[in-house]
Amino acid sequence: MLLEANNLTAGYGQTRVLHGVDFAIEKGSITALLGANGAGKTTTLRALCGMVKTGGEIRFEGRRIDRAATEDIVRLGVAHVPDGRGTFLTLSVEENLRLGAYSRRDRQAVGEDLERVLGYFPVLRERRRQQAGTLSGGEQQMLAVSRGLMLKPKLMLLDEPSFGLAPLLVRELFSILRAIREREGVSMMLVEQNAAMALELADHAYLIETGRVVLQGSSKELKSNDAVRRSYLGY
Amino acid sequence: MEALLHQLMAGFATGGIYASLALALVMIYQATHLVNFAQGEMAMFSTYLAWSLINAGMPYWLAFVLTVAISFLIGVFIERVVIRPVESAPVLAVVTVFIALLVILNSLAGWIYTYTIKSFPSPFPPGMALGRFMSPHEVGAIGVTLVVLAALYAFFRFTPLGLAMRAAAQNPASSRLVGIRVGWMLALGWGLAAAVGAVAGMMVAPIVYLDPNMMGGILLYAFAAALLGGIDSPMGAVIGGFVVGVLENVLGAFVIGNELKLSVALVLIIGVLLVRPSGFFGKVHVTRV
Repeated sequence: MLLEANNLTAGYGQTRVLHGVDFAIEKGSITALLGANGAGKTTTLRALCGMVKTGGEIRFEGRRIDRAATEDIVRLGVAHVPDGRGTFLTLSVEENLRLGAYSRRDRQAVGEDLERVLGYFPVLRERRRQQAGTLSGGEQQMLAVSRGLMLKPKLMLLDEPSFGLAPLLVRELFSILRAIREREGVSMMLVEQNAAMALELADHAYLIETGRVVLQGSSKELKSNDAVRRSYLGY
Repeated sequence: MEALLHQLMAGFATGGIYASLALALVMIYQATHLVNFAQGEMAMFSTYLAWSLINAGMPYWLAFVLTVAISFLIGVFIERVVIRPVESAPVLAVVTVFIALLVILNSLAGWIYTYTIKSFPSPFPPGMALGRFMSPHEVGAIGVTLVVLAALYAFFRFTPLGLAMRAAAQNPASSRLVGIRVGWMLALGWGLAAAVGAVAGMMVAPIVYLDPNMMGGILLYAFAAALLGGIDSPMGAVIGGFVVGVLENVLGAFVIGNELKLSVALVLIIGVLLVRPSGFFGKVHVTRV
């Protein structure tokens, strides 16, 4: 297992959002985290990166990371593509991408990786010198994914990559994510409200409701589950 | 005509010093969204340090470099020990800390070095005069300022660390997610600001002489310069510094007289705040309701 969470709790101030969830991410797999608004999906990703106060145990490659600082978790190879995209608005597209590789030791390889990552997203190549704040929402989402890739991560945490994107763009983004998994061997944890798309891409999925895992299984199993179908897939 | 030219040049020389200090203010402002009122006193203290080193027999440029290095460390230290604990405190609390820092450094300098005015050497000997309109120190001060500005520009523009510092100031949450240690970037920013301030102090001391209150007026000019350019624009601060320097000298010499020079800065501050709060190069802040 690449990552394991046991009895993970998390919250903001006095409010608890996660009430002890367990999940695991297999190496090389894509795991989807499904659930309604406010179920605790984003909080789960934040907990993995030490961005909120957590309890319980998180192991990454066998090592405990639940007490580690965000910056150190990143250095282990965990790239978080946050909700809201986290764009450095006043910096150029290329600077945004170079920042993604900031914590890497192999600085010489960064230039090469920059070209490779831009290969996935030709739109960004065209806008390389442009200020990132001038990009459209979809382009900023692509930039966020690319910035994550620049870390050469072992695990990518993707928080609602489809949010605010036109359906066609969502399709494009998901096919790029699939290509990235195949070519780079990056494991992913994907938080999505668009359950249909997420189950299409993922191997395994967890369904959370009000801070608890209520269902888990392979994407196939979840797709054919009646409750999931009715509540999250809408048919 | 010759007198005007002379005043213009002198304005450029002092303007460069204001520009440096204004840039230090902007650097802290970009990271914390607060104006460091103690910036001037930090520079003053550094200048005393240089004076001690030179008086102890150290060659000027060695003392210069050492002072800049020590000032950098003091800046980092101040951020870590004094500013960090009030990081998430209300604005007024932090401003109080800045003012406390100002008073403490001022009194400390007075206590150690007394309030007697001292002369401070210029590294540019009179023999080095280049033109009829400028004293050698003015030429030298402009040169030093330009070197400092160019070095800072190159650092922020072309090095990964400089890029990380800009990123940390712009989007701290996102910076952590790419592995930038944001706290240290802030400390580094304080260190750099203190170092730049030290250079400004050492360049202005031969002109205004060394005493614990030497930076009071200069900080006001620098503040006016930073506001004029836009408090969040480094380039604006530099241009603002030169503009304020020239205005101060020309107006002081020909229009309002030396006694009212400082009011130029105050009028500028109030004028900018009233007419164009974001300055000439700053971003206009729009908040969603």
